[in-house]
Amino acid sequence: MNSSVIVFPGSNCDRDVATALTKLQFKNKMVWHKDSELPKSDLIVIPGGFSYGDYLRSGAIAAKSNILKEVIKAANSGCLVLGICNGFQILIETGLLQGALLRNKNLKFISKDVSLKIINNENKFCKKYKKNNIINLNIAHNEGNYFTNKDHLKELEDNELIAFKYCNKDGLINESTNPNGSISNIAGILNNKKNILGMMPHPERMVDNLISNSDGVELFTSILN
Amino acid sequence: MKFAVIITLKKNVLDPQGKVIEQTLQSMGVNSLKNLRQGKYIEVELNETDEKKAHNSIEDMCKKLLVNLIIEEYKIKKI
Repeated sequence: MNSSVIVFPGSNCDRDVATALTKLQFKNKMVWHKDSELPKSDLIVIPGGFSYGDYLRSGAIAAKSNILKEVIKAANSGCLVLGICNGFQILIETGLLQGALLRNKNLKFISKDVSLKIINNENKFCKKYKKNNIINLNIAHNEGNYFTNKDHLKELEDNELIAFKYCNKDGLINESTNPNGSISNIAGILNNKKNILGMMPHPERMVDNLISNSDGVELFTSILN
Repeated sequence: MKFAVIITLKKNVLDPQGKVIEQTLQSMGVNSLKNLRQGKYIEVELNETDEKKAHNSIEDMCKKLLVNLIIEEYKIKKI
């Protein structure tokens, strides 16, 4: 399976994603933001970091870059797109995913491992996870407080478009287990066609038991199959 | 022709920075403080003599890039 990782000035998780993809048997290519052509891809990953120094709003400038025009075209024709952390912020700014990512409620940059519950697994990104299972991934962000209106929240719930929610190790989902203030503890969402996933946690950091855990592996192997 | 664009979070969107500034001012003894919102200020200078055209062009910039209309609102002022 062919994957492309988009690289912006300020991306800093691009090589981590590339390492994870290659380890899990993807044929990966790195694509610079100024390029105007995408290599043939089954999966496009928009990685974490601080594209364009987070100027104006996180992801706002990257969303208008050359290569994003091609990513939007590919996404609209069904290509799988995964946005992690800053990548999620960029997808929101392009309008491919709805809602907004505000500053964390406690105004602090949060970097820690969190527990997540698999809310919906009937999509190409999560099918190797079991519904309601709890996994541990790392988060590292300043603007991860997901916000949307009531109608869209209902749409997300009714159409099974919420992939992950923040919880504790026992699976409890409430305000005390919400690290950043996200509405309804949301950590990752899909678009209506379920070919685009945006998530704040970093699955690419969790693919090797030697340095962390392997809870991120199933996300990538779900895509492979 | 020069314009100021003032961007703030919409009223129903939590503004934690504004809240912290508000609480700090209150703790400093500013008793008359009712509400405080923090925002962004952008100055834009245009090569345009027609004020209406200039205004429209800035509206366009706001909608396409400067403002996230889901969470923010804006005001344009000639300066």
